[in-house]
Amino acid sequence: MKSAVIVFPASNCDRDAATALEQMTGKAPHMVWHQDSELPDVDLVVLPGGFSYGDYLRSGAMASQSAVMRAVKAHADKGGAVLGICNGFQVLTESHLLPGALMRNAGLKFVCRPVALEVDETQSAFTRKYEKGERVSFPVAHGDGNYYADEETLNRLESEGRVVFRYAAGDNPNGSARNIAGILNEKRNVLGLMPHPERVVDPLLGGTDGRRMFESLIETLS
Amino acid sequence: MKARVFVTLKTGVLDPQGKAIGHALNGLGFGSVGEVRQGKVIDLELAETDAAKARASLKDMCEKLLANTVIEKYEIELKG
Repeated sequence: MKSAVIVFPASNCDRDAATALEQMTGKAPHMVWHQDSELPDVDLVVLPGGFSYGDYLRSGAMASQSAVMRAVKAHADKGGAVLGICNGFQVLTESHLLPGALMRNAGLKFVCRPVALEVDETQSAFTRKYEKGERVSFPVAHGDGNYYADEETLNRLESEGRVVFRYAAGDNPNGSARNIAGILNEKRNVLGLMPHPERVVDPLLGGTDGRRMFESLIETLS
Repeated sequence: MKARVFVTLKTGVLDPQGKAIGHALNGLGFGSVGEVRQGKVIDLELAETDAAKARASLKDMCEKLLANTVIEKYEIELKG
């Protein structure tokens, strides 16, 4: 599986993503700067966590207008896989590659801790190696992770099996509607999630629950 | 021409910052304060002199960048 990580000014999980990808695929990903208007030939594009453009205006708003995002949209339109983690999820909603918006955490505080998640959907390139309903632990680290969409959109996401991860009951860190932590687009090739799977691929770093997301992608895309 | 754009959360969208501001005001003794909603003001200078064209262009700016219309609404004010 060939991959690329997009680097925006103030991305800060780009190297975490690169380390995880290299460890899992055996190949270092391409690091692509936000001003580049073309992507290398890759199977997976990762939009990493961080505070792109200082979160100016709204989290992810400025990044959604960058040159590289036009190339990412074209990649997604062709069916290429895109994984947006944390700020990457915010960039995906601001770019309209995913529906809804990520608002300020309901408790107003930046939350940085492991959370319990339920895998709600395994019919995807990102989660086929998980069991449906399985509980996993990924860390979160965000101030704007409160997923919002209108009722009609939420119903549609659920009825189409596009809610992939939910915060386990009682462990919703940000007030997200229906405990939503991660969603797919309609074509199921774009996933955005607030928790960080790339931070749990090595037991030394506190867990390995994220490994199967990369194994799922490798199996699907290689 | 100068313009001012107000961006605020849509009615019904939870505004935790507004709520915290309200609580803080109550704490300061402003007991009459009920619900508080906060937002953004963006001032722009435009080379455009035609008000209708300026308004159309500002609307486009709001839809494309200044507001996230999933959660926010906007108002445009033109000044001379």
